Amino acid sequence: MEHMISLFVRSIFTDNMIFATFLGMCSYLAVSKNVKTSLGLGVAVTFVLLITLPVNYLLQVHVLDPMNLGYLSFILFIAVIAAIVQIVEMFVEKFSPSLYASLGIFLPLIAVNCAIMGASLFMQQRILMDPADPKAITGIGDALMYALGSGIGWLLAIVALAGIREKMEYNDVPKPLQGLGITFITVGLMAMAFMCFSGLNI
Amino acid sequence: MISEKTREAFMGPLNKNNPVVVQILGICSALAVTVQLKPALVMGIAVTIIVALANVVISALRNTIPGRIRIIVQLVVVAALVTLVSGILKAFAYDVSVALSVYIGLIITNCILMGRLEAYAMSNGPLDSLLDGLGNGFGYMWILVVVAFVRELLGSGSLLGFRIIPESWYVANGGVYENCGMMVMPAMALILVGCVIWAHRALNKEEIK
Repeated sequence: MEHMISLFVRSIFTDNMIFATFLGMCSYLAVSKNVKTSLGLGVAVTFVLLITLPVNYLLQVHVLDPMNLGYLSFILFIAVIAAIVQIVEMFVEKFSPSLYASLGIFLPLIAVNCAIMGASLFMQQRILMDPADPKAITGIGDALMYALGSGIGWLLAIVALAGIREKMEYNDVPKPLQGLGITFITVGLMAMAFMCFSGLNI
Repeated sequence: MISEKTREAFMGPLNKNNPVVVQILGICSALAVTVQLKPALVMGIAVTIIVALANVVISALRNTIPGRIRIIVQLVVVAALVTLVSGILKAFAYDVSVALSVYIGLIITNCILMGRLEAYAMSNGPLDSLLDGLGNGFGYMWILVVVAFVRELLGSGSLLGFRIIPESWYVANGGVYENCGMMVMPAMALILVGCVIWAHRALNKEEIK
């Protein structure tokens, strides 16, 4: 239990997907222009992570490892992610048209979001770690906690950046730096702030 | 001899249509593998090879792929190529493959690939697609090399593993120089890419919005 909580907190702050491993950067920069849509994308990413990571965990531990098919993991993971995104999209469309209308454009894009694939690949590394290591993933519960923590960390990062960018509209930024350039530098400064969490231990 | 369109397919991505600094594609790996020059070079070469080959394959198949499942087909082609490259790296350059860790696998979801396959290979012939792939790969590589050059030189005082700043300059050996520890942190990668974009836009006025 303690291990799970530690894993959860670490994946939000210390191992934040954006600031420590740069996962899902493309959509992070493209969709962070206003808080509302970025919140939608953040929730969608968290949701898809929560479903794909446990499935990929089970596949890795119970199918790929016993059969020594490790080299197939890239193809298998991306197929699982693409399929699950498709299913989630159909479910959301059927049962909550309003959520679908707000997430609609992002859902298909999540299939090629590096955050999802990256989390699966990092999990693959963490399964092999010593169980005493605070980063290790030892069971399906750990995989779930890692997914939830990573998703929330990503959500936090994108909403924070969107808030800053909304305010920055009114600033007088040098012309060539406007838009993308200053966004990168802002994210860099945010990453520096997040480095303060690196000593965090539970 | 070479048509304008073919030339543009190769030259465009190198500068005014650069995948990283103009189209903002493939940022994740561009930031993560640039602590040192060697992994950055290998990553650039790997992406160039994969994007060129995937472009050719998809372009050759473009008339037979059903529109509805084209994303899955593209993903499978790319995933197969990435698996091959990852295996080759593990066999012949194990230390680089460890340094790149998951980012080799993440080439599958690198937006440059999906972007080029969707936007170019699905509607152009194999030869043009090959050049477009090579152009985009090199466009990606030179940004990586610039960022990695600065980070390795200032962060570790070496280039490609060879020492550039002499040992005797360091404070530990009685000198006055010290490595900039920030340079090896993720935060500086972001700021450096921001500066590259700044310089690029200052030089290409038409990019300024």
